[in-house]
Amino acid sequence: MPAAIEISGLTKRYGVGDAAVDALKGVDMIVQPGEVVGLIGPSGSGKSTLLKCLGAVIEPSAGRMALAGEAIYDNGWQVADLRALRRDRIGFVFQAPYLIPFLDVTDNVALLPMLAGVSNASARERARAMLTALDVGHRARAPVAQLSGGEQQRVAIARALVNQPPIILADEPTAPLDSERALAVVRILNEMAQRFATAIIVVTHDEKIIPTFRRIYHIRDGRTYEEAGEGRAA
Amino acid sequence: MINLAGRDILNGWGKFLFTGIGLGLLIGVTLSMAGIYRGLVDDGRVLLSNGGADLWVVQRDTLGPYAEPSNVRDDAYRALLGVKGVAEAGNVTYLTMQIEDQGKDVRVMLVGFQPGHPGEPGYLVAGRPITRSHYEAIADIKTGFRLGQRIRIRRHEYTVVGLTRRMVSSAGDPMVFVPLRDAQEVQFLKDNDALVNERARTAANPAFNRPGVPGLLEAVQASQASSRTVNVVMLRLAPHADEALVASEIRRWKHLEAYTRADMDDILVAKLIATSAKQIFMFLVILAIVSAAIVAFIIYTMTLNKVREIAVLKLIGARNRTIAAMILQQALGLGAIGFIVGRTAATLWAPIFPKYVLLLPGDAVRGALLVLAICALASVVAIRAALRVDPATAIGG
Ligand SMILES: Nc1ncnc2c1ncn2[C@@H]1O[C@H](COP(=O)(O)OP(=O)(O)O)[C@@H](O)[C@H]1O
Ligand SMILES: [Mg+2]
Repeated sequence: MPAAIEISGLTKRYGVGDAAVDALKGVDMIVQPGEVVGLIGPSGSGKSTLLKCLGAVIEPSAGRMALAGEAIYDNGWQVADLRALRRDRIGFVFQAPYLIPFLDVTDNVALLPMLAGVSNASARERARAMLTALDVGHRARAPVAQLSGGEQQRVAIARALVNQPPIILADEPTAPLDSERALAVVRILNEMAQRFATAIIVVTHDEKIIPTFRRIYHIRDGRTYEEAGEGRAA
Repeated sequence: MINLAGRDILNGWGKFLFTGIGLGLLIGVTLSMAGIYRGLVDDGRVLLSNGGADLWVVQRDTLGPYAEPSNVRDDAYRALLGVKGVAEAGNVTYLTMQIEDQGKDVRVMLVGFQPGHPGEPGYLVAGRPITRSHYEAIADIKTGFRLGQRIRIRRHEYTVVGLTRRMVSSAGDPMVFVPLRDAQEVQFLKDNDALVNERARTAANPAFNRPGVPGLLEAVQASQASSRTVNVVMLRLAPHADEALVASEIRRWKHLEAYTRADMDDILVAKLIATSAKQIFMFLVILAIVSAAIVAFIIYTMTLNKVREIAVLKLIGARNRTIAAMILQQALGLGAIGFIVGRTAATLWAPIFPKYVLLLPGDAVRGALLVLAICALASVVAIRAALRVDPATAIGG
């Protein structure tokens, strides 16, 4: 079985000439299906840049990225429709839930399958199933503003998972949460990774959750260093 | 797919509705301005059609009787009746004046006409036509006079026997119709002091007061005291008579100007109210620009408040088209609310305007299309801003 994510020699330079910044200077990374890895590094080390490259919202400068053995970037994009790539193959979880305030909980999640052309009824059915799996099924009809921070983050995770993408990119998903809720989110991510064989990259510098990773990538000055984690139960 | 625009509107419907109402009042003003213009034109048309005339004969080289003063000898109609194709003729005078009614001044256009001849008000909403030769009046209901009321016009009291509707001068003053003789008296009658003065002056003039010519002085004085002119002679033509031909005959042989209905229409619409129309049109243009600016500003602000949601939508794979449609639909929704509110407001407040406001369905349709076009145009700025939103901003720095 090919790796879910395989990155090699990835570089990213912002700007040109004197103003150029080399945010990534050669990143190598492998994540297997069902694996949750931590991506840790100081501020300005290139974590977000890496997620943006992998999330196909900015273009790397050079290197190679493959999803499930298929190159999506090889010194140039290998797929024509990056929008569809994001929609169908990548789930995003952000630091804040970033839910759409004018949609209720179900439709926030159902929007993704709808954007992929699934009918409203079955998209909502899928959304409700995912919300139930994340223990927020009882809030399905609520306006998002009525949910607590932890509930909102679980809805955001349901949204990232609903199209069952092979990979999920999470950018500091526990930052606004207290340690109990932060660990709950990590537990959910682990469960979901197991259940759907999803590869998950979690960018964090949250001390509470770092010990839960089995494998950690440190990123410093645009380069990654792999390290075994403690892999404690969350 | 769910309607994102609709959901966003429902989520913040209070703000959206208030904005729509505000815009609607502005649109209401715009529609009213158009209605005022239509009212001006229509008042003119009613004025022309009501006397039942085919030709208006006025003083030579004038655009009378509405756009310029015109005086015609009041016996000219006899000669006009002799022109081939002329069936009926009626002398008409116009005089704008103030009439006192219960301590309040009412500004009216006093119309002198010959009952049974062209120039007579065609349609009464109440009462009867004038049957006596003196001191009866037909008033437009806008004067506020009632049937049977006695009104004082200069030296005499008149009884209101009939009421008309929509009979106003081109300045919007309601008309009061009285018999021609009475009107001429009002128009040209001098007050007693002036009369005595004038008689004395005439008597002192040896040319008029010749010892050998008895009756000359009295005749001259009588001719000075009574008027012999009218403002227009309205003609009705025989069936199948060619009005252009008759008009040119009159121009050639009678030393008078003759206008057909089309000519009068042109004078009233193109000349008399042209400046008002331009004034109103300028207003319309400014209001349209202001409305567009308001819609653009509102939609732009609404969009800027959604930048993060838009970034997320783009990141999770929403098409630009989906996002543009959301903004466009919101702008159109705002326009639709505004138009409904505006149209309702314009209809509700039209009757309290002192002059006639005519809201044509065609203008409403044109207005609706214009509003939607303006909204669509106004959303362009917001759409461009939304399309520039970088999905990468959804992932933090
Ligand atoms: N759009 C950009 N243009 C120029 N430089 C950028 C841009 N985004 C990030 N950088 C620079 O790239 C480096 C890595 O940034 P980033 O990936 O945001 O780091 P992190 O997420 O680890 O804090 C930083 O030096 C940052 O200033
Ligand atoms: Mg960052």
